[in-house]
Amino acid sequence: MTERIICAGFGGQGIVTLGKILAHTGMLEKRNVTYIPKYGAEMRGGTAHCMVIISDNLISSPLVSVPDSAIVMNLPSLLKFEERLKAKGDLFLNSSLIKKETERKDIRVVKIPATEIATKLGNKQVANMVMLGAYFKQKRIFSEENIFIALEEVLNKPELLSINKQAVKEGMKEVSEKYISDL
Amino acid sequence: MIPMTNKDLKKVLITGNEAIGEAAIQAGCTFYAGYPITPQNELTAYMSRRMSETGGTFIQAESELAAINMVFGASAAGARAMTSSSSPGISLKQEGISYLVGCELPAVIVNMMRAGPGLGNITPAQGDYFQATRGGGHGDYRTIVLAPNSVQEAFELQILAFDLADKYRNPVILLGDGTLGQMMEPMAGYRLQATGYRLKTKKPWAVTGCKEREPNVIRSLFLKEGVLEEHNKKLQRKFAEIEKREIRYEEKNTEDAEIILVAYGTVSRICQAVVEKARRKGIKVGLVRPITLWPFPYGIVNKLADLKKKFLVIEMNYGQMLEDVKLAAEGKGKVKFYGRGGGGIPQEEEIIKKISNF
Repeated sequence: MTERIICAGFGGQGIVTLGKILAHTGMLEKRNVTYIPKYGAEMRGGTAHCMVIISDNLISSPLVSVPDSAIVMNLPSLLKFEERLKAKGDLFLNSSLIKKETERKDIRVVKIPATEIATKLGNKQVANMVMLGAYFKQKRIFSEENIFIALEEVLNKPELLSINKQAVKEGMKEVSEKYISDL
Repeated sequence: MIPMTNKDLKKVLITGNEAIGEAAIQAGCTFYAGYPITPQNELTAYMSRRMSETGGTFIQAESELAAINMVFGASAAGARAMTSSSSPGISLKQEGISYLVGCELPAVIVNMMRAGPGLGNITPAQGDYFQATRGGGHGDYRTIVLAPNSVQEAFELQILAFDLADKYRNPVILLGDGTLGQMMEPMAGYRLQATGYRLKTKKPWAVTGCKEREPNVIRSLFLKEGVLEEHNKKLQRKFAEIEKREIRYEEKNTEDAEIILVAYGTVSRICQAVVEKARRKGIKVGLVRPITLWPFPYGIVNKLADLKKKFLVIEMNYGQMLEDVKLAAEGKGKVKFYGRGGGGIPQEEEIIKKISNF
């Protein structure tokens, strides 16, 4: 198994945290992982993305040119990455902020109103965790136990742990209700 | 950030910058001076925290020049000392590095290369190969240059860097690029507690206070006729010994290969993926990855050139290590080049195209 993921959005949406939790979960599953942020002068409001690889084999290049999955949090990121996604790849869209349909016909699209769900939970900052939950449920390559261990180990604000966990669960629920059956 | 609740796990997920910082602590480094610059700031930040935890000294200097000369002072006093920066900052440190070599002082200098020339930008690059392997500052000297290609190897080579620096009383450069510094990979061997590392190397030459012994003098100024030439000969003998003993490289799939890729650091990871892809298509490609850039592994390239192999050098610059490969091949094997600079990273598909057109 080799899974190449690009996470993208604007600065402040928690793209880096999203990628780190993905990589960390992979490590807990005793797989090989790499994580590279598109580092830069971008701060809140700019664009941000990171590349994660999770594999049973040794990872040669840590760079992702053709991702198996893309988790996309805003419109500019969709425009930038949709054409790079592998055929039959999974595109996870934050449908609260992206109203545009993808041009691609050869991929699976999982639309999650992540920002709305996060706002209902009381903090729109956890939209990234809703997307993460949706990703985990859709792909089913990780054990649920490890996902929540990774969450605890990566998030450095214990007071926000419970709402983040809740957000992941909501994301999972969203997928199991809407998507899993028809895919 | 380092997951502090992770004590039971064998591996931690950590950036290259942080791994290098932790390696320095575990190697018994007790002095760090630096000045911030992207993409190596996580290393400076890491050292500021860990030095205070382990009783070492961390100084955010007023400039790169001050930082390297603080390292000079700490090293002269016998401490394991280091600094780190990225390309423009390393240029500023060159005078100090030349003085360290002239005075035969050990030190570790980390360069997480970014794109130049000038202030350039903060994207990854390998444009400082010449600077690192040809001395970099004034005078006639060399520094050992280690080029890791993973977080784990960055950790291990950083520890080796301190040992080699002490062994040869010469600065050692750990040369990475922005990608290596920012990348996270699982790493084994990470410990959260200070290790109580004891230096194996005694330093009878250090200026530690000369009560009950003759004063030690550390200098690079030799005005008396003939003395500097003798000093230079001594340095050259040392460099020759390093060239004999310290060459390190990795060789993959070279035996039956028709085309040998030569690459180091992050680019060697891309080339490894290219080797795997090309072989699935039935193209026989191999890889030579220098781990020490100086001393350069001339021998293995020369041996492969004798076997009539062709070489394709891949770099994140416009052809620097290329010159060493050509020197090593001595005209016996065809040498071609593909590189990108200014933050461009050679892509797998581009390299495969170059191979097909060889």
